[in-house]
Amino acid sequence: MSWFLFIILAVFTLGGGLGVVITRNVVHAALFLLVSLVAVAGVYLILFAEFLALVQVLIYGGAIIIVLLFAIMLTRTAEYPYISDNRQWPLAAIAAAGVGVVLGAAFWINGVSQSTPNSPTFSELSNSLFTRWAIPFEVASLVLLVALIGAIIIARAGEDSR
Amino acid sequence: MVPLVYFQLLSAALFIIGLYGVMARRSAVLIIMSIELMLNAVNINLIAAASHREGWGSFVNFDGQIIAIFIITVAAAEVGLAMAIILRMYRNRATVNVDEIDLMKW
Repeated sequence: MSWFLFIILAVFTLGGGLGVVITRNVVHAALFLLVSLVAVAGVYLILFAEFLALVQVLIYGGAIIIVLLFAIMLTRTAEYPYISDNRQWPLAAIAAAGVGVVLGAAFWINGVSQSTPNSPTFSELSNSLFTRWAIPFEVASLVLLVALIGAIIIARAGEDSR
Repeated sequence: MVPLVYFQLLSAALFIIGLYGVMARRSAVLIIMSIELMLNAVNINLIAAASHREGWGSFVNFDGQIIAIFIITVAAAEVGLAMAIILRMYRNRATVNVDEIDLMKW
């Protein structure tokens, strides 16, 4: 049963990813990305990471796809329905395949075959997040604040110079 | 239970798809989407390792999940900033094609 779910989710994840990098239509690419991200949330579920699956659907499926669609709609250029790749795409494919061979061989050679799945509860996870990882947590909130202010400044800066 | 190595191979496959997208696409929005694919591949790897391994060194057995939470946080910040930069690029140059944004290239 676990294998069945894993194969289904892997097909949706990789199929969505391939759709993102192959399709000619930018809006279709965003929808393929949504398929891939929701399938990744399913992968988190079969790894017993319930909180991450929830966060994945909320942040990626909700927020990031919406922001990307806004970016697409606000910069709607005439070439979006039939966008083309650049001329170096065969080289890119060769380089990606090479990296894939190296990564796959490394994972396969050092593969861990035994599996002792463990699933932290929400309270274990939050205890760890707010005690051992408290300082990185605060830094992450600072990063979000700086990114927010920076995004506002970058997106607004043209209005006074016009 | 599926062994850890298959999750790692899934993660590697998703990562190289994203890598190809970053190198081959011309639209800035599509490059951001490919970067999201790569970040998700890393997250799969971290979470698979976190749920299969016992604690290692000073790390307890689910610290990978917490690092994945931070990666998702940074990815959200990155997409917000990237959208601001793309809108600015479009306003100044009327294109989001990264091949035409070559002002600082010599």
